Order: sequence, then structure tokens, then C-alpha cells
Amino acid sequence: MDVLIFMVSGTFAAATALIFAAMGELVAEKSGMLNLGIEGMMATGAAMGFVAATVSGSYTIGFLAGATLGAMLSLVFATLTLVFRANQTASGLAIGILGLGLSSAIGKRYESKTLPGLPDAPLGPLADLPIIGPMFFQLDVMVYLSILLIPTIWYVLNRTKLGLTIRAVGESPLNAHALGMKVRLIRAGCVAFGGAMAGVGGAYMSTAYTPLWAEGMIAGRGWIVVALTVFGTWMVPRVAFGAYLFGSISLLELSIQAFGVNLPSQLMSAMPYIVTIIMLAAISRNRAFIRLNSPASLGATLKLT
Amino acid sequence: MPSSRSRLVVEARTEHAMFAPLQVAALALLLTCIGSGVLFAIYGVSPLKGLKAVFIEPLLTRYGIGEVLLKMAPLLLIAQGLAIGFRAQVWNIGAEGQLILGAIAASMMAIAFDGTTTVLLLPGMILAGMLAGMAWAAIAAFLRTQFNANEILVTFMLTSVALQLLYYLVTGPLKDPMGFNFPQSISFGQNATFPLLITGTRANASLWMGLVATAAAYIFVRYSFAGYKLSVGGLASGAATYAGFSSKRAVWLALLVSGGAAGLAGVGEVAGPLGMLQRNISPGYGYAGIIVAVLGGLHPIGILFASAIMALVYVGGDFALLSVGVPNAVTGILQGMLLIFYLACSLLLTSKIRWVKEEAT
Amino acid sequence: MAEPLLRIEGMTKAYGATLANDSVDFAVDAGRIHAVLGENGAGKSTLMKLIYGVVRPDAGTIAWNGTPVEITSPARARQLGIGMVFQHFSLFETLTVTENISLAVPGSLSELSDRIRTASAQFGLDVEPDARVHSLTVGERQRIEILRCILQEPKLIILDEPTSVLPPQGIAKLFETLRALSANGIGIVFISHKLEEIRSLCDTATIMRGGRVVGRVDPRTETAKSLTQLMIGQEIAAPAHNKDTVAGPAILTVRGLNHTPENPYAPKLTDLALTLKGGDILGIAGVSGNGQDALTRALAGEIRTQSDSVQLSGTNIGALGPDQRRKLGLHFIPEERLGRGAVPGHSLAENAGLTTFHRGLLNWGFLRLGARKRRAQDTIQAMDVRCSGPGAPAQSLSGGNLQKFIVGRELTLSPKVLIAAQPTWGVDVGAAAAIRQKFLDLRDAGVALLIVSEELEELMEVCDRIQVMFRGRLSGSVAVRETDIDHVGLAMAGDFDALEVTHA
Repeated sequence: MDVLIFMVSGTFAAATALIFAAMGELVAEKSGMLNLGIEGMMATGAAMGFVAATVSGSYTIGFLAGATLGAMLSLVFATLTLVFRANQTASGLAIGILGLGLSSAIGKRYESKTLPGLPDAPLGPLADLPIIGPMFFQLDVMVYLSILLIPTIWYVLNRTKLGLTIRAVGESPLNAHALGMKVRLIRAGCVAFGGAMAGVGGAYMSTAYTPLWAEGMIAGRGWIVVALTVFGTWMVPRVAFGAYLFGSISLLELSIQAFGVNLPSQLMSAMPYIVTIIMLAAISRNRAFIRLNSPASLGATLKLT
Repeated sequence: MPSSRSRLVVEARTEHAMFAPLQVAALALLLTCIGSGVLFAIYGVSPLKGLKAVFIEPLLTRYGIGEVLLKMAPLLLIAQGLAIGFRAQVWNIGAEGQLILGAIAASMMAIAFDGTTTVLLLPGMILAGMLAGMAWAAIAAFLRTQFNANEILVTFMLTSVALQLLYYLVTGPLKDPMGFNFPQSISFGQNATFPLLITGTRANASLWMGLVATAAAYIFVRYSFAGYKLSVGGLASGAATYAGFSSKRAVWLALLVSGGAAGLAGVGEVAGPLGMLQRNISPGYGYAGIIVAVLGGLHPIGILFASAIMALVYVGGDFALLSVGVPNAVTGILQGMLLIFYLACSLLLTSKIRWVKEEAT
Repeated sequence: MAEPLLRIEGMTKAYGATLANDSVDFAVDAGRIHAVLGENGAGKSTLMKLIYGVVRPDAGTIAWNGTPVEITSPARARQLGIGMVFQHFSLFETLTVTENISLAVPGSLSELSDRIRTASAQFGLDVEPDARVHSLTVGERQRIEILRCILQEPKLIILDEPTSVLPPQGIAKLFETLRALSANGIGIVFISHKLEEIRSLCDTATIMRGGRVVGRVDPRTETAKSLTQLMIGQEIAAPAHNKDTVAGPAILTVRGLNHTPENPYAPKLTDLALTLKGGDILGIAGVSGNGQDALTRALAGEIRTQSDSVQLSGTNIGALGPDQRRKLGLHFIPEERLGRGAVPGHSLAENAGLTTFHRGLLNWGFLRLGARKRRAQDTIQAMDVRCSGPGAPAQSLSGGNLQKFIVGRELTLSPKVLIAAQPTWGVDVGAAAAIRQKFLDLRDAGVALLIVSEELEELMEVCDRIQVMFRGRLSGSVAVRETDIDHVGLAMAGDFDALEVTHA
């Protein structure tokens, strides 16, 4: 039972950073912007969040700082692709590289310092329930916020005029422009949101999940986030499901050891990536399905008039 | 009252601009210098001193030049391979993983034939490393052509897997039994390492592989039908389909060539400065190679210069750490800046930008 | 005299060295249908984009109800009361009709669907508000465009080549709607190059040529011939037919061709059959989007089908790729010139090798650059392509010149079968005439030709036989002299039985 409690509560915690970053990236991709720099933005958010939280003593300021820097980095991406008409793939890689360098520079003096870690949300009697309490109600407030984010993003994308506009811009920026929508502004806004969410996700890693800063701690999660949008075929519930699935896989190493199975730890560490590859191949195989669901202008260089 | 105001107008270029790529790279470099000057100032270092430490000091000593050449070798190899794929819009970002596989395969040979004196060992390692890099990239090619899986994501994931494989091998099967449990292999014999290029430095003959790759890439891009087909596919996929050029073949070719080149770079590291297999075999050459390829305008000759500049940034970052006390994390920032400025300036390749005065009432 | 609704004076817009609009003066009155007539490249579209705020003028003034205004964006244009129906619709395939309209019209979705129902009843524009656009026909899509326009309560509506996408019956219906709108006091600008339509619909016509206004007439009092002269500035000789040619043996035979496209919105090709004979031109008529694209791809080899579904001189070629089919003498001129027929950033020399490499341009896998350049030079000369030479990038050529180059390139290897999709689309009148003449010469030389075109008039003029495509199916073939535009029009709407006049 302890293992089950650990798996369930651990999955929520492990998936939280992925949920934030993936929901943000999903919004950006819905507007047609394929930002491959998530890894760098998460890393920068992690370093900045840790430093800001340590210096100010406030987790809120840590998350805000991480979000701000993530958004700023993503706006560099927006400027490159929307103003300078640069290739989205190359621009995303550039942001990723810059972000990793930036994170290492920001966090340098704080390497190997720790924080107490985000406290659990005060849910009173709910937290004291047997089994259910430790599974669902002894988690920090960001976990619950990330869960709330899922229906919010779904609602905005599918039930509001803003979401309609974003989807329209993602399907055909040229048509949207012809109708007088501010395509660049809308895309930049979506990308900035994606960057902010990646920053929050990164900050969650360094202030709550493992409350310390270590270079390379994002460890490919930014890329898994990009893979999640494909895995979830750009649908909010599926993307969220994918994030929880990967959260649980990353716990596999610990729980398998708990069962006394002895596999090389490196195989376990490689597992999330191997699973991602297999999932990606399995989902992408259905070309028509991918084509039907992916934003039609995703990744294409913007050319207006 | 009539007022006159001006605005920026971006117009498509209609003529071929011969030297524009060079101008764009030079402009990007200049902007990076300015940007890094600001960065040094933030660290409380005089910008001029910092710039001197990064871009000039490495070139003042024989050792420094040797280090630049040493780092240039893998960057050149990787970037030449990647550029072939990038021209065809096949984005292999996993050169780091293919490098690791090349290093592993070459090391396995060196370890298996340790103690022999055969002169064929090094050529054998080169071949094994190249094939291993190709095989690792082939996984991505297979998944892309058969399952439509995005090669960017797959090559990245494969790099993470390759790293874990490396960790497993150096802590297990390939660990030096007499090595006090350090995660590294035995030291390779003389016949399993590249000869030095310049005495008193660490630069070795693996640079020749990069230069040969440059010549081969030049011929491939300019004169071969296969190179032409890749470029059509990259510039206008519709035209490639119309002409009947197979996009699957293009993916395979691009990934095998870039994987093989990265594998060779891996051989150059373990049979060069390292002389063994260990946990850290590359300071991100695979990723820096992406920047080198783009910065070189995806042109073989441009890449030659770009690899030298990027190698200088690597070595200069270390120098800056020592001489002016700036953390070598600036290397990553400089690399990112260089690429960002290059991408921004690239607009000049396809467009002219000019101020237009317009009359308004 | 009352101020016109919209008055434009001295409008000038240059793209590079080309003056797309050269001090154009233009005025529209409320409640009138005003035609803007001109051939491709005359500057009609640029003028409309200037009025709608999509592009900004270099010089010139606009007055709206007598007040000078600056139209800085489409949003500003709409705010003034100017609406636009684009030639290539600006609709979003994955969204519903109501969602599409709501992107341009304020108000909640439910309230909007009521307004859509009311307006569609009033103006005879029937659409289903909850349908997704990808499931709709071209005619329905145009109705959405017009509805979206009307619901913004405009005082002026611009329609850019609205009839080019409609079957003849659809055109009549559109005209009824437009007349109803103008009776309600709305000014209408109707852009077209089809003279008969303008003569039957419009009160006034402004004629443009080479970026300038060359005439302002009442089209009802003009003849088609006089309008043509104004529009083109010279008489274009009708292509010289050699009526005596007799069709030779079948060269290309298609039987039982089926294909399900990857794009879920495109129609399925179902049991297609056609025969191409030497010395004979077959035209494929139909509203675009009915499977013509997949048909030409399947014939050219970009789409592989069952081996025996396509036969060239008795050989099964259905499973062969485009380059293999070209080696056998089957060549194809695609609809899109830039990005498909030619690589935009490549020089003409590089583009010359795109489809003709297998004859004399390769040496052990290496390019023979000199031979390639000579081939490009020859093509430029043979087709009278205006350009700076073999080194000119394809994207620097005008549509007509690039099309001549592509046609010429495909002819260098003397094809046995030539397939062409929309060969004169977006091509100036001179080049279009040259290309049509080339096709007729090829026919007379015994080549089998297939032309896919939306322009029914073009097909009737050039082809010997016609087949109609509708929802992925092909009608039987009919000789051009045994049918007429009205009957082909009925077939284009799906009534294949109506194709032959004798059956009616």
C-alpha cells in the first residue's frame, strides 16, 4: 500500500512541471508556433526561480521570476520568427542553447545550495483521511494549480473567442491576417504564455520537486514536453494524460527497486526517453490522424502579404 | 498639415547576393561581441579585457592555437554532416548521441585489441566509430520514414539514451579493472590513438578527418546529383515530389551522413585527447555543431570558418575563466547569442530592408 | 451630383520596379454594381487590397462619403463599412460556419447563428450554421464569405473574381444575391475578366491595363469585342486549329483508378477511366477541389496506384514514380509554378535539370553543369522567356514567363503524353495564347494531351473532348462539338447525364 501511495502522490508531483510546460507549449503550438526551446526556458526558470526564492525567501517571487524570465526568452523566439522571419526549428534550438547557458550562469553561485521545499497545501481534514489523504491531499499548492490549469486551458481554447482566434491563427495565419487579426501579436502572446509556463514548470523543479539547483537538472523534460503535444495530438485531455503517464514512468526506477528487482539503474534512467520514442512512433504512424489534429501552420515560417 | 514620417520596409531580394552570407556572419559576430561585452560588464569585468580573453588570448600561444585546432576537429566534422541534412530540412539534433556511439564502438575495438601492435587498429576504430554513429542515426531515419516520427525529438531522445549507455559501460563492462573503480576504461595503446599534429599541443591528426569531410561536402553539395536532390527537397518539397525525388531516401541519406560524421568525431575524442573511454567525452560538441552548421550558412567553406570561430569561443571561455574570472557558463550564452544574431541577420539574405518616407496628411 | 460612396484619386503602388497601380482614379456609388475589368496582372487585385487596407499605397487619396480617410488595415476598412469577398477564400477549414463568421462579426455564437439564418433567407444564401467548413462545397464556402461580409453591415462590398470558382448555375444564383444587395443600397465592386458576366450584371465598368485605368464605360452598351480591345489593347488572334487532325491510337489508358487521399478533406478518387490518344486533347472540366489534383498526381506518378490502373502504350505504369514515367515519355506541368514546377530560389539552369536530368545531364552521379546551363539557355530561347539568363532565380520571373519556361522544359525531351493542370492560371494574355498555341502544335504533331482547367471557355476552345470531374468521379467523354457550356455546366454540378446535348 505504501508503494501505491508513493506512486500516486509521486506521479502528481513528478508530472506537475510537465503539465505547466506542456499546457503552455500546447497554446503556443495551437497558434502555429513550434517552440523547441522549452528545455532552455525550463532550465532558466529553474535557476531563476531557485535564486529568487532563496534571495527573497518567498516561493511566490521565485515562481514569478521563473515565469518572467521564461516569457522573456520565449519573446526572443517570437521576435526571431515573427519579425526576422527565421526558421522556427533553428530559432527554437537557439533559445534552448541560450537558455541552458543562461541557467548555468544564473545558478552558478547557488550550485548545491538547497531550499526547504514548497510546503503542502493546508487541506486540513482531507489530508488526514487514511490512504486517500496521503495519496491526493498532502501535496503542495502548485500541484493543485497545475490540475486546475488543465480544464482552464481546455475551456479557453475550445469555448472562448480568444481560443477560437488562436486556433484560427494556427490554422491559417494568412487568412487570419486578411480578416484583420493581429497575427504577430496573437502568436507572440501565445509564445510568451508558453514561455512563462515553462518557466513556472522549471521553477517547480528547483523549488519544490527537488528543492535545489543543479546544472542539467531539467534533464530532457523540455523535449518530453514537445513530444507530449504530439503524443496528445494537440488535445488538452490527451496531453495532460501523457504528462501523468510520463510522471509515473519517471518513478519507475524507485518503485522497481522497492519490489527488489535489480536492473541497471542506467536502463531505468533511459526508460522515459525510450518510452517517448516508442509512443511517438506509435502515435505518428497514423499520418491522417496527425494531419487532422495538428495546427495546419505549425512550424511554418510566417509570410504575410 | 502634411507631415512626413518614415517606416521600415522589408522587400524580397530578386537577385542572387553573392557575399551576403559572409556579411551576415560578420554582422552576427560583431553583435555577439557587443552582447558579450555587456555580459562581461555585468560580471564586473572590463568588456575589452573580457573580449580579449575570449577572442584573442587563445591565439597568442602555441598551446592556445593547439587547443583551438583540437576543438575545431569534432565541430567541423559534425557540422559538415549536419549541414547536409539541414539543407534537406532533416533536423538531426542528436549528433551528441551519435558521437557517443562512435566513441563507444571505437573504444570497444581499442580495448579488444589492446596489446597488439597492428597498424590497422586505428583505421578499424575509425570505421567502427563511423558505422556506430550511422547505426544510431539510422534508428531515427527508420522511425521517421516508416512511422512518421519526428526526427528532431527522436534524435534528442536517442542522445539521452546514448548517455545512459555510456554511463553503464564505463561503470560496468568496459571499466578498467585496475582503475580503482573510476568510471573509465583502460588507456589506449599507441596504435589506437591519433598522432599529434603540432608538438607541444594536444592538436592531433583527427583534424584531417574534418578537412577531408569539408572537401567531400563541397563536392557533394556543388557537383553531385544526390546533393542537388537534397537541396530541392529542402527548398521546395513540392518540387521534389513532382520531380520524383524520394523524400524517404533523402531522410536516410541525411541521417546516415550526419550520424557517420558525428561518429567519426567521437573516434577523434577517445583516440585523441582522451585516450580512453570515460563519462565526459564531449562538452556539447553535438549541439555546438548545430550552431556551426547554421552559422556557416550550411555551406562547406562557411562551416570551415564557423568551426574555427566556435572552437575559439570554447577555448576562449576557458581562458576567460582563468584570466578574468568569468564563469565558463558564458560559453553557452555566447554560443546562443551567436546563433540568435545570425538567425536575425539572415533576413538580409532574402530581403532588403530600407527606410521609406511616406507623406501623410 | 451626389458624392460617390468611395472616391480614389492618384492611387500608386510599386512592388520593386513594377508599378502595380499607377495613379489610379476610381469611384463607386451606393446601390450600384461597378465592374473592375482587366486581365491578370492589370492591377485589379492590388487596387482592391489598397481599398481594403491589406497593403498601403505609396501615394494617393481615398475619400469615403466625401471625407478623406486613411485605410490603414482591414479592420479600419470594415469599421468604415467596406467588406471583401476574397477569390481564394479566407475561411478556416476546421471551424464551423458560425465560428468562421464570429471571427469577423461581434456577438455571441448563439445570437450569431440566428442572424445567419435570417440573412441567408433574405438574400438566398442557404448555409448550415453548424457545419464545419471542410465538408462544404466551393459554392457554399463562397456563400459563407458573402454572409460574413453582409453581417458586418457594409455599405460597400468588393468581390474578387467571385465567379471563377462557380459552376454556371451557381453564377446565376450569385447574381440574384448581388442584385438584391444593390437594391438595398449597398455599393458593389465586382472584379472579373469575364466580359459576358459583366455585361449582364454591372452598371458601370472601370477597365484596367498595366496598372492604369484605360477606360470607364457602361458595359451594357458595349460589345464583348470592344471591351476586349480596351482590356488587352490589341487583338489576340484565336489559336490556329488544324481541324483536320484525326485522333490516333490510344497512348495512355486509365481504368479502375481508385485512391483515398491522406488529406481527410479531399475527395476520394473512385473508379476513374479515361483514354488519351495521339493527336487529341482531352479536357477535364470541373469546379476545383473535386479530385483534379489527385487525378493529375496519379497520372504523373506522384501518387502510386495499382499497377494496371494506368497503362502507357500497353505497359502498366501505375506503380512507377514520376521520373520513371518521364523516361517513358509522360510529362506533367503542375498547377503551382513556384514551389512545385520550379524551386523558387534555384536558378533557371538548376530548374532546367529538375525533370530532364536523366537525359544527358548526369555523369556517374555528378551534374554536368555546362550541359544544364546550355539546356536552360535553349529553353529560354525556344519559348521566348523574358529573363536575365540561365542564372536568374525562378522567383524573379513573372508568372507567364516562368510558365513558358516550365512548358518549354517539359517539351525538351519530346513527350508522348503531356498533362497540364491550369496551364494558364495567373498568366498574362500573351503568354497564355503562346502556351495554348504550343499545345495545339503538339497535338498536330501526334502528342496525346490532357488539360485540367477551371476555365470552361479555355477548354472549349482548345480541347477535342471533355470529361467532367465531380466529387472524385469522372464522367464519360464527349466531343466538344457535341456539347456546349451550359451542358458541361450541368455536369459540373453532378448531373453527368446532361453532358451530351443529344441526351437533353
